[in-house]
Amino acid sequence: MLLSNSLITPEVGTVFWTTLIFLIFFLVLRKFGWKPILSMIKQREEMIKGSLESAEQARKEMLKLQSDNEAIIRKARDEREDILREAREIRDALIAEARGKANEEAEKLVEKAKTSIEKEKTKALSEIREHIANLSVEIASRLLGEELKRTGVQEKLIDNYLEEVKITRN
Amino acid sequence: MKTHYLTALLFIFLISGIYSPLKADEDKPGGHGAKEFNASEFILDHIADSHEWHILTTKEGKSIAIYLPVILYSKEKGLSVFSSKKLSHGHVHNGYRLEEEGDLKGRIVNVDEAGNADEANFPLDFSVTKAVAAMFFAALIGLWLFLSLSSSYKKTGVSHPRGMQSFLEPVILFVRDEIAIPNIGHHKYERFMPYLLSVFFFILINNIMGLIPFPPPFGANVTGNIAVTMTLALFTFVIIQFNGNRTYWRHIFATPGVPLWLLPIMIPVEIIGIIAKPFALMVRLFANITAGHIIVLSLVALVFIFKSVAVSPVSILFVVFMNCLELLVAFLQAYVFTLLSALFISLAVQEHH
Repeated sequence: MLLSNSLITPEVGTVFWTTLIFLIFFLVLRKFGWKPILSMIKQREEMIKGSLESAEQARKEMLKLQSDNEAIIRKARDEREDILREAREIRDALIAEARGKANEEAEKLVEKAKTSIEKEKTKALSEIREHIANLSVEIASRLLGEELKRTGVQEKLIDNYLEEVKITRN
Repeated sequence: MKTHYLTALLFIFLISGIYSPLKADEDKPGGHGAKEFNASEFILDHIADSHEWHILTTKEGKSIAIYLPVILYSKEKGLSVFSSKKLSHGHVHNGYRLEEEGDLKGRIVNVDEAGNADEANFPLDFSVTKAVAAMFFAALIGLWLFLSLSSSYKKTGVSHPRGMQSFLEPVILFVRDEIAIPNIGHHKYERFMPYLLSVFFFILINNIMGLIPFPPPFGANVTGNIAVTMTLALFTFVIIQFNGNRTYWRHIFATPGVPLWLLPIMIPVEIIGIIAKPFALMVRLFANITAGHIIVLSLVALVFIFKSVAVSPVSILFVVFMNCLELLVAFLQAYVFTLLSALFISLAVQEHH
């Protein structure tokens, strides 16, 4: 008889002691063992999870910053291009305008000079004519023995001559 | 490599050193070879519980043992506490006798003046037996292990595991991640973790201590004791019943989808189911551990059956192999008990689906 009664009959005393020992084991460990151990393990796991997540986030942020930087640089480059082009245009426009103005001014000056020359010329001519008239009257009076008076008729005659001279010269 | 050989040699020494006294124990008592070696008696003596912790019997037939306290209660004599030495060799003390032969072998009985056992009226036996003493030490080891682990966690905080933590933490995480969470679920597992961990390590420590043949707090058959496994199964049973929710109870007393006239049959069936679960836990652990011990002892008994030292190398080789296997079983049965407990708990706490 391999399995005698004692082997498969639970003893009351053993049940009692097992209950007592296991209960103490369980209650003491529940309070002072498992709770601190499990909470510490959990804390650590959460910390690891948290730091992994924050690292991932930091990585993403860095990538974003990098792309932002690139965008900013690209934008700055574009802006520089624009500014340069604008400056060039402005420069060209300024040069063209200055040139136009200078031309205009020069033309004006030339015109002015021409008119004043013309004026001076007529003035000089009329002066010369008067001078010549006087001279010719003087010469004629000297020729006619200084008798010729400066009367109206004579003067008129002289003028007629002079007109003729003018016409013939023309 | 050298250390491996040394360890193996030591192991062989240990085993041969421990089991050889058994031969003397079995052979000598009634004089020189007067008694035939009885293998089943030899095996049962070693797996059964006893009131003394036998170490060895000398050549002169003197037994060296640790006498454990006997605690008895009977209506007539009240509570009595004394050493089991007073009951050794069939001595009667205070009207009690420890039976050494027959059906009542190993039990303490009331005896009258003529020396006849009173088979109708047994005293209540609360003695600290071999299994109880071993279990007590196992609990002490467990408490020391996990309380110091807990205090080491207080010291290291949330930094990486070190020392004992790196050794025990994977086992704790295994219980949590492979047993508790997959069965009970994320929302409710935390409440049952202390119980599952306690029962796992309690069984594991007792299993391993039972495999180490020597010295005394080791080598007792604790988890192969039906009373111990029954008590542990009862703990699971109580936890299941106290945590059973409405769905659980409705399934038992008003199983959905079952016509009313069938309920008188269904309810007893469900109640049998409630009892069968812890019963399965009890028998599985008991049978597995006892079977392991029986096999190891049978292999050792071969030496005495063949009455030849020449058998011992074969015997030792097989015992070493069996011990390795039993180490696996020690873990496996602790795992299975905890797993099934978690499974039964989950059936009681799961939400209506």
